Amino acid sequence: MVALANPALSQGDRSSRALLVFRLLLVLVVTVSLLSLGTGAAGVPLWQVAQDLTGEGLSARDRVILMDIRLPRLAMGLAVGAALAVSGALMQGLFRNPLADPGIVGVGAGAGLGAVTAIVLGGLLPAGLSTLVGLHLVPFAAFLGGWAATLLLYRIATRGGQTSVATLLLAGIALGAMAGALTGVLVYLADDTQLRNLTFWGMGSVAGASWSKIGVGLPLILPVLLLSPLLARALNALSLGEAQASHLGVEVQRVKRIAVLAVAAAAGAAVAMAGGIGFIGIVVPHLLRLATGPDHRWLLPNAALLGGVLLVGADMIARTIVAPAELPIGIVTALIGAPVFLWILLQRRGFGGL
Amino acid sequence: MLLAENLTVSLARREILRGVSLCCLPGTLTAIVGPNGSGKTTLLRALTGDLPYGGSASLNGHEIRDTPAPQLAARRGVLAQSTQLAFPFTVLEVVRLGLVNGGDETRARQALAEVGLAGFAGQLVQDLSGGEQARVQLARVLAQIWEPVSPAGPRWLFLDEPVAALDIGQQLAVMRLARRFADAGGGVVAVMHDLNLSAMFADRVALIHGGRLLAHGRAAEVLTDRHLETAYCCALRVNTVPMGNCPWLVPQAVAG
Ligand SMILES: Nc1ncnc2c1ncn2[C@@H]1O[C@H](COP(=O)(O)OP(=O)(O)OP(=O)(O)O)[C@@H](O)[C@H]1O
Ligand SMILES: [Mg+2]
Repeated sequence: MVALANPALSQGDRSSRALLVFRLLLVLVVTVSLLSLGTGAAGVPLWQVAQDLTGEGLSARDRVILMDIRLPRLAMGLAVGAALAVSGALMQGLFRNPLADPGIVGVGAGAGLGAVTAIVLGGLLPAGLSTLVGLHLVPFAAFLGGWAATLLLYRIATRGGQTSVATLLLAGIALGAMAGALTGVLVYLADDTQLRNLTFWGMGSVAGASWSKIGVGLPLILPVLLLSPLLARALNALSLGEAQASHLGVEVQRVKRIAVLAVAAAAGAAVAMAGGIGFIGIVVPHLLRLATGPDHRWLLPNAALLGGVLLVGADMIARTIVAPAELPIGIVTALIGAPVFLWILLQRRGFGGL
Repeated sequence: MLLAENLTVSLARREILRGVSLCCLPGTLTAIVGPNGSGKTTLLRALTGDLPYGGSASLNGHEIRDTPAPQLAARRGVLAQSTQLAFPFTVLEVVRLGLVNGGDETRARQALAEVGLAGFAGQLVQDLSGGEQARVQLARVLAQIWEPVSPAGPRWLFLDEPVAALDIGQQLAVMRLARRFADAGGGVVAVMHDLNLSAMFADRVALIHGGRLLAHGRAAEVLTDRHLETAYCCALRVNTVPMGNCPWLVPQAVAG
């Protein structure tokens, strides 16, 4: 507060603003959650939601709608949104580039290939093993696919710590196309049940939310959300360059390995839970950098919150705009996100090359 | 003490540095000079732990390649030849990144004042001029090794062309700053192109030519007609500044 009162002291320090945004986002998460619980085809109004959450009791039907449909959908929306935004922020820090986003540069496609492989070929696993891994197989395969794609991409697009955006985006397109083609081959091989699973999964939607889906995605997402702030200082130093970060005592190679794993875990789990939802990972960090600067100590937690808010908000739009039908949420995020992506691209063009 | 013995560096299967032996004492400023491509930056990067090397190099008695990054960061700061910022940080935020050996925001602001940028704390680095950006990075390095002598021993300041982007007033200011760091017990190793500034401020000059150490010693011993002709392939006349008995180089006229 003293710092706020004295402009000379607070000059150049945006952490009080970032803290304010953090608190604002907490309020927003609660607001959007309540709104989302009160919105839906079956019309359980908001005041009843409040009643039910305080244990006043509802009809059995409304209780099922709330506890088994809307609540898991909300939880999954928050988790997937947070995972997408944080994996975007981490990847941008790792590649030292605000245009790097798992969805755009093919990591999402890699994760998708992993997930589809698990759905179609999972039956080939020995019976004992497949009951052991059970529902976890798809998210874990998505994580592996995303990890392979991130590693490959980093090898291709980065020379001596510098990433060329052109190479990054082009390599991303190629990787995405390759993963897409392989996914197509697998879909061709799939039988009817698997096909049903695939369409259900690939819609890019949180409509299929269930507590069991959340249960298998969270073990990958939660550690990333909770532990990524530990990477914040290193990522800040990396913004100066790899050599500079190492001069400041950062063990650069180790940090990069961890960041790649974290990106793949969060992006892979998000893809496994909700299919391809684009642009959250690029829009959220960009808006936050504009508002409070690129300091990853604030960027990462704030991105988790804003990502959740945006995704749940987009989901609300998706299910109300053409009600009683539902728009796939990926369409809504793309409609909002693609222009922002172009905007960043055009801004950077002014700075002399990408 | 900074000690290099028979230092060899190969990059892309080419031997860039060959058999360089060099000793720098805390409390002194060493200027590394030499023509473009002679290996100055490569030598500095080997000494800062950025590059693998053959032979041996030690800082305060610890072999550099065996010292983990955090320990090195406690003992030395490095100003690279250029730094490109990936995201829009403010000046203060960048200088604060240097605070890895303790110190708070006050120190960051003091470091900014040292390089004459006290009023720039709130600006985005990308909006500053080239010379101002270079001084922001210097302030960040200063914030890292604020005390020239730590309880664990003397600290070291490695500078790669610290004055390349600066006007003459700022060149002198930065060289004075480096001088003060050395006078307070720290060690300074600076890659320089300006031979006159080197002669004025450095205790020792190391002249690199074709990846070898051509000469190393006091400025008057190293900056001689013969050495300079060999290294730079151009005629320079070495005069002596009456005050201070310091060599002063004047390029020979092209005409004739
Ligand atoms: N990463 C690299 N791979 C291959 N060769 C390199 C590499 N870095 C430098 N070199 C070569 O090593 C030689 C010395 O380079 P260095 O950067 O040390 O020169 P310098 O003395 O600092 O020059 P300048 O005054 O231009 O900064 C040059 O011939 C350069 O081409
Ligand atoms: Mg150089």
